[in-house]
Amino acid sequence: MYRYDQYDQAIVDARVAEFSDQVARRLAGEISEDEFKPLRLTNGLYLQLHAYMLRVAIPYGTMDSRQMRMLAHIARTYDRGYGHFTTRQNIQYNWIKLEDSPAILADLASVEMHAIQTSGNCIRNISSDQFAGAAADEVADPRVWAEMLRQWSTFHPEFSYLPRKFKIAVIAADEDRAAMRLHDIGIQLVTQDGVVGARVFVGGGMGRTPMVAPEIVPFVRREDFLATMEACLRVYNRHGRRDNIYKARIKILVHDLGAAEYARQVEEELVAVKALGIDPPAAEWERIERFFAMPEGLAPKASLALDGKAGSAFAHWRARNTRPHKVAGHVSVTISLKPVGGIPGDATAEQIDVMADLAQRYSHDELRVTHSQNIVLPHVAESDLPAIYDALVAAELADANIDLVSDIIACPGLDYCSLANARSIPVAQKIAQRFADAERQRDIGELKLKISGCINACGHHHAGHIGILGVDRKGTENYQLLLGGSGAEDASLGKIMGPGFDEDGVVDAVEKVVERYRTLRSDGERFLDTYRRVGMEPFKEAVYG
Amino acid sequence: MVELRFRTDEAPEQPAVTLDAFLDQSNATAVRLEPDDEPRALLPHLDRIALIEIAFPKFRDGRGYSSARILREAGYAGELRAEGDVLVDQIGFMRRCGFDSFAPARPLDMAAVERALERFAHVYQPAADGAVPVWKLRHGG
Repeated sequence: MYRYDQYDQAIVDARVAEFSDQVARRLAGEISEDEFKPLRLTNGLYLQLHAYMLRVAIPYGTMDSRQMRMLAHIARTYDRGYGHFTTRQNIQYNWIKLEDSPAILADLASVEMHAIQTSGNCIRNISSDQFAGAAADEVADPRVWAEMLRQWSTFHPEFSYLPRKFKIAVIAADEDRAAMRLHDIGIQLVTQDGVVGARVFVGGGMGRTPMVAPEIVPFVRREDFLATMEACLRVYNRHGRRDNIYKARIKILVHDLGAAEYARQVEEELVAVKALGIDPPAAEWERIERFFAMPEGLAPKASLALDGKAGSAFAHWRARNTRPHKVAGHVSVTISLKPVGGIPGDATAEQIDVMADLAQRYSHDELRVTHSQNIVLPHVAESDLPAIYDALVAAELADANIDLVSDIIACPGLDYCSLANARSIPVAQKIAQRFADAERQRDIGELKLKISGCINACGHHHAGHIGILGVDRKGTENYQLLLGGSGAEDASLGKIMGPGFDEDGVVDAVEKVVERYRTLRSDGERFLDTYRRVGMEPFKEAVYG
Repeated sequence: MVELRFRTDEAPEQPAVTLDAFLDQSNATAVRLEPDDEPRALLPHLDRIALIEIAFPKFRDGRGYSSARILREAGYAGELRAEGDVLVDQIGFMRRCGFDSFAPARPLDMAAVERALERFAHVYQPAADGAVPVWKLRHGG
């Protein structure tokens, strides 16, 4: 994985010094909260309901064990002993003191990490496929392009006061494991005439106006990649709406102009930008590529036989939580942070340390965070699976529910967030408890359930096979049910089913929908497939009678 | 009032006129751009302009950064001034986008400005200030 050189380190160290200075000026009353707000936000520091929340960047979700241990250290030292992994492959801490924040950033910088641009109206942390470098179906490692974007977008002088936040995802396979087309810019690496290039989608997103991004540029070679990004952003910075915060994302600009007109303006701008020579030379691409080579010593091995353990808890976990690796005899393991009754995405400092140890010992010192708020050990020999499983059981991290109904994405909701209208976490916990029977979950099969506590959609409810949106109705929490969304390569937006429910009512409604699916499905159909075949009506009937 | 200037030539004295007024009169040498003005309208006239003032009515409105870069990219070499809600922690980005004078609505803490401008020894991307990006330093630039 990528390692800082003297330049990367100097930039991050300078940032720590800058933020320490800004915090000191704020604490001394030299700058107002209004002026301080954008400064702390570009360092990932939010003022939430009860305390400051710090969001730490995990570029494209990739970390080594040393970095993971630092996350545990921060949880233990400055927070209440846990952290929350997010849908953008970051981690947030919910109980941070402003005066501690410079020390936390200094700790992070000591392991090549930071909180730069994890909030604010700027280009945010770049996200990617959690199986990058391990998946057999990728045309190249998307993290090379993501790292190029990380550097280009860090302290970009022109794009630090955009109309609104800006999220970019990079994938490199036809299967989309990063909800790429629901980003402001989504990039899919593809091959044309033997050359890897970027297919660029612009203007996707969730929030109150969900949109699936249209293709804007069919193919960009790497030598023009950053110039193209710069042109895309410049058109947005100049013409994106600034009069209404709810219409300020690039999806509104692209939608209002039309994809063809936006693409034309980008092309026109590109003529000016290309002349500037902002794209790095091939030598820089090759330098970054070398960091993402397959780990040394990862060679093909014989596959692990199950030795009569079929039907055991281990066998179920292995079937559900591992996926094939591009090198024979290896798998990528997904560790579920969705125990029944837990808070989706939360991990204690002790659990974070356990995962760091496992990565160091069994996964060539690498970990990934997934946009579903789970953790991946990307490079594991099958022969090590029993030992890993035993360690996970001991740490209460062995839930075998990846992509099942209890593998719920949920935003922090009204328990933490100052924007929320309703709580998300208790709903997620009740649904997981309702479907706690592992055999029933397995029978239901892949079902992506996503919960947001307000219309801003941080819990991706639009992209859930089943989505739940918490709203405030005359002072009480009310939950709407959506069906048919997908954040995958078959991206679609869920549709609202009908009148909303209270907290227990929505749990009942989910169960009725799921049970109706079990009676309607034909062989091999997932919930989403059945919904797409039969439509909303049978489910509506099941719920409203 | 101009508080900070990074040029050695004499400061232009003519008051800046609006873009419309500038395009109407052939003798103006100083022009002021609002955030939604089209900077490229000035491109045919750059050689007779001594000062372009770009307005920042609110610091959160970042359109002026693009206007500045567009003008510098087109070869404009005269004074480029940021006027209005200009804060200490923006001046570094503004310098990188080509601004070389600053007329903030509220006085700046000059010691903080100095610290801010000296803080980052390296940059990741080329911009209008001629700073060498780290990728060039890495590969013998």
